[in-house]
Amino acid sequence: MENKASTPLTVEDLWVEYQIERGVVKAVRGVSFSLARGESLALIGESGCGKTTLGVALIRLLVQAARISKGEITYWRGNQGIDVLSLKERELRRFRWRECAMVFQSALNAFNPVLRIWDQILDTAKAHGGMSKNQVRERALQLLEYVQLDPKRVIDAYPHELSGGMRQRVLLAMSLLLDPQVLILDEPTTALDILTQRTIIDLLRRLKKEIGFAMLFISHDLATAAELADRVATMYAGSIVEVGPVEDIFYRPAHPYTLGLIRAVPTVTGDFEDLISIPGAPPDLIDPPPGCKFHPRCPYATERCRVEEPKLETHYSETHSVACFNVQRVQQDTLDLQERYAKYAGGKAQ
Amino acid sequence: MNAGSGEYLIGARNLVRMFGSRRERVTAVEDVSFGIREGEVVCLVGESGCGKTTTGKMIAGLLKPTTGQVFYAGKSVWNPRGDRGEDFKKFRLGVQIIHQDPYASLNPSHTIYQIMSAPLLHHKLVANTHEALDRVIELLTTVGLSPVEDFLYKYPHQLSGGQRQRVSVARALTVNPRVIVADEAVSMVDVSIRVGLLNMMADLKRNLGVTYLFITHDLAVAKFFAWEGHIAVMYVGSIVEFASTPQLINNPLHPYSKALLAAVPEADPELTRSKARVELRSQDIPSLLALPSGCRFHPRCPYFEPGLCDVKRPELLPIGENRYVACHVAAREAGAVS
Repeated sequence: MENKASTPLTVEDLWVEYQIERGVVKAVRGVSFSLARGESLALIGESGCGKTTLGVALIRLLVQAARISKGEITYWRGNQGIDVLSLKERELRRFRWRECAMVFQSALNAFNPVLRIWDQILDTAKAHGGMSKNQVRERALQLLEYVQLDPKRVIDAYPHELSGGMRQRVLLAMSLLLDPQVLILDEPTTALDILTQRTIIDLLRRLKKEIGFAMLFISHDLATAAELADRVATMYAGSIVEVGPVEDIFYRPAHPYTLGLIRAVPTVTGDFEDLISIPGAPPDLIDPPPGCKFHPRCPYATERCRVEEPKLETHYSETHSVACFNVQRVQQDTLDLQERYAKYAGGKAQ
Repeated sequence: MNAGSGEYLIGARNLVRMFGSRRERVTAVEDVSFGIREGEVVCLVGESGCGKTTTGKMIAGLLKPTTGQVFYAGKSVWNPRGDRGEDFKKFRLGVQIIHQDPYASLNPSHTIYQIMSAPLLHHKLVANTHEALDRVIELLTTVGLSPVEDFLYKYPHQLSGGQRQRVSVARALTVNPRVIVADEAVSMVDVSIRVGLLNMMADLKRNLGVTYLFITHDLAVAKFFAWEGHIAVMYVGSIVEFASTPQLINNPLHPYSKALLAAVPEADPELTRSKARVELRSQDIPSLLALPSGCRFHPRCPYFEPGLCDVKRPELLPIGENRYVACHVAAREAGAVS
């Protein structure tokens, strides 16, 4: 296998399905991407687009009704690749948390309410790794301090004694327990208030800079992505429809859906802007429309979009890919965004 | 603000609401006063637990204030003994509320037609079921649920979150309200659907003259929906700043408003990463059971002046045309006299 030490995670053509009464839900359809060391990739999309399913599939924690029907997930440590889909249950345990930890959406529900924080940390350490109790304690205190909590107080507290922001920080500290290379964060700031959200965002940015793990964060919130991401991938109906550097995605989006999202979200400061909504609703993933899954809602759709599904292809540069036949026309409508960027970039140069 | 004057369609004067037992009481809303003119939007913004929903429920008549008054069309809603005033029914019909969770606020065992026709028939706003059906069709069209036939006989679970929220709005409209209290009405709706919903609600203002009390934690949504109206920022039970939306967004005066605006992430990478920060002295939100003395914000406030802010509670003082701030320092700088 080739050396991919700088790329701790690669995903190739991943498909995930849910078997439900009404049929088969194709929740993730042919997703490929890779995550570089020290990089943060934001996976943005609306509810039901498959982003959480994808995240959970990466550590193989899918519910019983779900099945990975195709694809490859590989974690790389040095020259060694770990093929996640072929791991047995026991190997999986060692791999989860050690190679890749996940912080789940609701910090309020992620803890066992009758256990002290220390017991939960110890449980996690026991389940996944070979540290002694003392080592775990020392590491836990260190990490709690690192996430700006009072370690002595927090470690013996019950979850209900901590605020939402504190719990989120404990979860982050716990996820770092075994020094994973990859951290998956599912809506890390969604349930939090503005000022708390700000402290978590600043903390995540610091962690990333100082520890240098790769971060995949799943969010429906464009603002969090704009804050934290180096790269952004837009998901729609189970597929990545556009992926690129954060500036490309926000200032020269090439997919109509990405553009639609950007046009639908106001900035807080600055003058009033008119917003444009995306008509229609996301498709039924049991019986999705033929061709491009976005075509029923897309103002740029042509006959071709109705019959043929566009593939993710590079655009502008090696790092920016988009799955759309009408990129040129979409681009013509982003001139105002490009101007906005030019203004900032110009300001920077001075 | 004299909320009881004819100038305002609906308003609050010194509203207080406490919860709990005699032994342990919390004051969820503490001395809130404001007024909304007919056809105007006032946004209540603030973090969870600041009392914005409690205030909204009092304005809609769903909660009785512990003390203080709610005024509707110049009259007090509760009479001096704390009973329902003579025009209470008119008030309740005139002020409707839209709740946050469209999954919980529609009866799951009733069809959309049943949900919508019940208030029409109950209040005898229509003569018979034929008229009710016509009116339901008209209202569903107003809120953009067309073709109407696709929705009339569906159950709430068959609709998406955005569609349900439209039904909630349509249901509120059945009784021809003059005021709608929208409590986080778009928070649970996806981004791509949200703007459509907000635009539809703004059309009701334009076309039917609906007045809104719009409650949200999302400053971007407040800005978009209330650009021509006002924003009231709440902190631990009180309004700390009241200003026209452009003023509040671009020139906030209260340190808490400043902190919020500086902290909120923007959907624009360059803008959000270059924003100036406001450093607070503490991250802890005070417990309602142990409120700080003086100004409730003083333990966190960067402007904190010992001997003043921790002793004396700032009043909401007028500092300009329909603009108010409750901060000793900001009011002094703006030249207000208490």
